[in-house]
Amino acid sequence: MAFELQFAPVLADAPVLLEGFWLTVKLSFSAICLGAGIGLSAAMARSMLAARHRWPIDLYVELIRNTPFLVQLYIIFFGLPSLGIRVSAESAGLLAMTINLGAYTTEIFRAGIDSIHRSQIEAGLSLALTRRQVFQYVILKPAVSRVWPSLVSQFILIMLTSSVCSFISVEELSGAAALIQSETYRSFEVYLLVSLLYLLLALAFKAGLTALGRLLFATKAPAAGPAAQVVPPVAGGQP
Amino acid sequence: MIRPFGVDEILFLLQSAGWTLVLTLAASLLGGALGLAIALARVADNPVARELARGYIAVLQGVPVLMVLFLSYYGLSHAGIELPPIVAASLSLSIYASAYLGDIWRGAIQSVPRQQWEASASLALSRAQQYRYVILPQSVKIALPPTVGFLVQLVKNTSIVSIVSVVELTRAGQLVNNVTFQPFKVFVTVALIYFAICYPLSRVSRRLEGSFSVHRSG
Amino acid sequence: MSIVVVEDVRKRFGANEVLKGVSLDVDRGQVVALLGRSGSGKSTLLRCLNGLEVIDGGRIEIAGHAMDYHPGKLRELRMDVGMVFQSFNLFPHLSVAENIMLAPGIVKGSTKRDNRALAEKVLDRIGLLDKIDAYPDSLSGGQQQRVAIARSMAMQPKVMLFDEVTSALDPELTEEVLAVIEDLATDGMTMLLVTHEMGFARRVANTVVFMHEGKVWESGDAAALFQGARTPELRQFLGSTLK
Repeated sequence: MAFELQFAPVLADAPVLLEGFWLTVKLSFSAICLGAGIGLSAAMARSMLAARHRWPIDLYVELIRNTPFLVQLYIIFFGLPSLGIRVSAESAGLLAMTINLGAYTTEIFRAGIDSIHRSQIEAGLSLALTRRQVFQYVILKPAVSRVWPSLVSQFILIMLTSSVCSFISVEELSGAAALIQSETYRSFEVYLLVSLLYLLLALAFKAGLTALGRLLFATKAPAAGPAAQVVPPVAGGQP
Repeated sequence: MIRPFGVDEILFLLQSAGWTLVLTLAASLLGGALGLAIALARVADNPVARELARGYIAVLQGVPVLMVLFLSYYGLSHAGIELPPIVAASLSLSIYASAYLGDIWRGAIQSVPRQQWEASASLALSRAQQYRYVILPQSVKIALPPTVGFLVQLVKNTSIVSIVSVVELTRAGQLVNNVTFQPFKVFVTVALIYFAICYPLSRVSRRLEGSFSVHRSG
Repeated sequence: MSIVVVEDVRKRFGANEVLKGVSLDVDRGQVVALLGRSGSGKSTLLRCLNGLEVIDGGRIEIAGHAMDYHPGKLRELRMDVGMVFQSFNLFPHLSVAENIMLAPGIVKGSTKRDNRALAEKVLDRIGLLDKIDAYPDSLSGGQQQRVAIARSMAMQPKVMLFDEVTSALDPELTEEVLAVIEDLATDGMTMLLVTHEMGFARRVANTVVFMHEGKVWESGDAAALFQGARTPELRQFLGSTLK
């Protein structure tokens, strides 16, 4: 049987694809801002808490990191209504992505914070800074700059994970693909095209975020350098 | 007919978790074998091999697992090959795993100090011998923590194949939910079963990692 | 009136008692060299003086502050007691000026303009005004340590503590640091220095406190002790460290 590809019917539905693409971008962007915000706050709070008070944050991180995103999504979308809370598919998707990314970024920021040598903190304290001031002025920027590459990887990962939201009929890029595929029956062509779009998006994210990192943590003051990159124990793969 | 969420249902979930493990095992073995080849290609002398491997890893790390699944699934059927869903799913997961494992193992090989290469070359070992007796044994130690960490990702990603009707744990959850209408209980139970599988693996990975904490000071 | 009062201070780390009842007094303007072998407790004692280590017994009063571990009280103490570390501990992501201006700005609330003027003044004093906007990684060890001293000086402390500040430096770089410290001494700053540099201790210190096995073993006028130590332990220590 000839392996022929027909892209025309797929391209006819280009607007649907573009809408899906745009939704993926919006979801990812929101999840990144909210999720990273959660992660930084949680990591900061954790660093200031006594060891015995850290367990709620640690529990949150471990629960999310050791369960699949799809199941987290189902719990939110299908489970919450049975408790009386109704959510739209899109909101469920965003919520799941945010909670998920929040846990991973908490772990990443924690590793960054822990990598700051105690002597830096002592120097700050000896200058009569409060613990919060030490965090803000001495720890924060070097810590984040060290884990920036890991953060970028995680952000790209959550963008790719948004594809799972199609399982609850969110019409982001994968959802749009499913729609087109069901109408045109050109499954392979659709998914090939969509995979290409994801790849482009991933590359764009990488380039953009890396540039942002350079902007924020300009190498006039390398907290990077031979002593740099902290790679927290998050192996590859999508959550 | 609505069934209560009881022992039978939980047993069904646990049974399906067995398929989750089967998928994970298949993907790690196949993906591991392919991943090793990718890793070796990635550090080979031949620039073509290196670039191909690099491209392979970059592409697979830049698309969702779902796409890898659909492309293999629909690609195969488009080419006229019909495989049982679980086989197709295992193949897709293997391809996905091979890219990530290849990348992890490449990193481990490159972490072996260059003096080891120099010393073994000075003893007149061939390239293959260097790999076999000197480099790979040392890179295994370095590769272990992230490899185990990736296994956790793999277990979680088997949930994606539920879309092609493979009855692993997540699909089982959907099925149980469809007859019990207790989504919260069902999916939280599903989550706990995943947790029971993944958390010990995560702990093992972290303990192995402890030997190589990448702590640098400012 | 003593500006530093240490009374029967005890400190243990786990099962190991490092300070076994240390007492000493320091008057305003004195420059004290804290000498002793590794493990004698001298660095630990110094770190107790600005609250980086919590004592298990005894009393400390420094620069008019009774040692109180409530964060607010500790900060007040640290505004009057400066500390310079062996590994300089400059903040790598801030320029020299920013390193110096940070604490005066956020702790004391002084304006940016005043801070900048202050930074220029202290840098000029230590001879590094031209490096004011440089970053720590572009400075030599000796320069970094001098900036660390300037950073501490910018808080205008009443007492300064120096913890082995030349130990991490190449020999040819220690002179510039010692010159700065000497300069501070002639200006009347009360200082306690934990140091291995016997030559420096002789040069700048007017008091020597020799610690041995967690206690003050011998103390007194520097010149006198260097000429003739009273206890065999100090004699042995000085003998073994003579250059």
